[in-house]
Amino acid sequence: MTVASTSPPLRRPRGDGALAALFVAPAMLGFLVFLLWPTLRGVYLSFTRFNLLTPAEWVGLDNYVRMVNDPIFWDSLTVTVEYVAINIGVQTVSALAIAVLLQRLTQSAVLRGIVLTPYLMSNVVAGIVWLWILDTQLGIGNEIVAGLGFDRIPFLADETWAIPTIAVINVWRHVGYTALLIFAGLQAIPNDMYEAAKVDGASEWRMFRRITMPLLRPVLAVVLIMTVIGSFQVFDTVAVTTAGGPANATNVLQFYIYGSAFGRFQFGYASAMSVALLIVLSAITFLQYRLTRAGHTDLG
Amino acid sequence: MATLTTPVPTPTPTKAAVRPLRRTPSPGRIAAWAVMAAIVLVTLLPFYWILRTALSTNAGLAADPTNPLPVHPTTGGFERALGLQSTEEAIAQGGAGGGLDFWRYLLNSVVVSTLITGCQIFFSAMAAYAFARLRWRGRDTVFGLFLAGLMVPAIFTLLPNFVLIKQLGLVDNLLGIALPTMFMTPFAVFFLRQFFMNIPREVEEAALLDGAGKVRVFFRVLLPMASTPVLTLAILTYITAWNDYFWPLMVSYSDSSRVLTVALAIFRAQTPQTGVDWSGLMAATLIAALPMLVLFGCFARRIVSSVGFTGIK
Repeated sequence: MTVASTSPPLRRPRGDGALAALFVAPAMLGFLVFLLWPTLRGVYLSFTRFNLLTPAEWVGLDNYVRMVNDPIFWDSLTVTVEYVAINIGVQTVSALAIAVLLQRLTQSAVLRGIVLTPYLMSNVVAGIVWLWILDTQLGIGNEIVAGLGFDRIPFLADETWAIPTIAVINVWRHVGYTALLIFAGLQAIPNDMYEAAKVDGASEWRMFRRITMPLLRPVLAVVLIMTVIGSFQVFDTVAVTTAGGPANATNVLQFYIYGSAFGRFQFGYASAMSVALLIVLSAITFLQYRLTRAGHTDLG
Repeated sequence: MATLTTPVPTPTPTKAAVRPLRRTPSPGRIAAWAVMAAIVLVTLLPFYWILRTALSTNAGLAADPTNPLPVHPTTGGFERALGLQSTEEAIAQGGAGGGLDFWRYLLNSVVVSTLITGCQIFFSAMAAYAFARLRWRGRDTVFGLFLAGLMVPAIFTLLPNFVLIKQLGLVDNLLGIALPTMFMTPFAVFFLRQFFMNIPREVEEAALLDGAGKVRVFFRVLLPMASTPVLTLAILTYITAWNDYFWPLMVSYSDSSRVLTVALAIFRAQTPQTGVDWSGLMAATLIAALPMLVLFGCFARRIVSSVGFTGIK
């Protein structure tokens, strides 16, 4: 809506300085102490050696030099990118499909509620439930695999399977939420367009390609930025299912950062890796924004 | 749109003629419904499987892993999760006997989530009012600064915030878990400011003319008017706080501050010699999930519709 500065000027000439200070004070305190200060401090700590017990000691770029030469860091970055690629790939396609089904097939609010249900669970709950379902010996998922005549798959205990499995578990939790975001975007497309296309004899697939996709592009761009940023921060599911294993195969960046800080008490090094992640996320946001805004639609 | 000269009833028969045509189930529609049914199944079956497992015995689960019903139905899993069994009893039934008390963690989760939700929304609403309605120098600059906070991924502030909480001596304390998000989030301020700005000024001006002060106007007029967005925001904040794992994992070390997510992960990590206590673990999972399912049951419509307008800013 309207921006603050365009509200009618001088209707009430007296300022509310004192009252405003009182009203903003608690939020301001929280902002300064728990958001701005830690952000600056996080950057500062990345240039120090710090183990929590003795004061932080300035070491310049040492942590960054170490990071660049740390094979485990690069490994964990690779694993994270692999996770994000699978997670976002599967999730975006499924969410788009669900959203289109919800729009074109039925407008049922009950179905929308059902697909959102897993989102109400924590990542920890989702991780543990699927750990059980996919258990090699007793899990119903592997019973089905065996029932179909295949060998049992150690989904979370195998180096190749673990990352795709975690990626898909997190799709289970988040796909409904993502689908509803896209669904909200679809609601903005006038129904007349589909009616007109139908009169012209267009198939559902053709309507999807010619109407839905082009008009949905800006919404998809925003959804992608949001989900990619969230996806890069994966931690909970890894922590409860594989704890980074087997053999570092699921040692995603956030898990490595946590281990460096709380396992080895290298808060400086952990902070440097956090800064690296922050830079990667900012770069992705910027790039995606540039790329996807290139094809703007008229609908808005 | 329709000109006055056009006879009104004409469109109706055409529509009626189209309707039955569209309703005949084409193979495409049947396939689409089948896909939808599969999605619903994959979404909901894990919830049933939690219940079925929680009500089975561990021996039963091992003997009959594919039985769709609880095997040897029992409440033993829940008793173990709630710390109602003696160590010997628990071990005999395949538990770790580690003395976890999910009543306590449930209570801790309620305290933390309530503290975060109540305070965060109250303070954010006050700030939002100041940004939307009061005039003061630097208002737009400060608001811009708050908005810039949206750019910092929450995860980046966790490590430095932990250092701060440790310096404040609040590690292993429920207040330490709540503190960083108790005062505001940029999103809550932004969301509520947007609402206050859409309330016509006449509403508060009438109250001001009656001699009410601005503080009174905020508490007696604007805040009650904002009850719908406040409730929506409160539900979403509560869910987020309830499900958070990473931050409480850093701050809580003992039973006194352990919340459900952290306790669940610990339960999962305790593996008795006989293998994982799946029955107890699923019972604990259900205890952790149930309050959110109940919340969803009560406010499903509101939660579903909130996703559309809170997600895309």
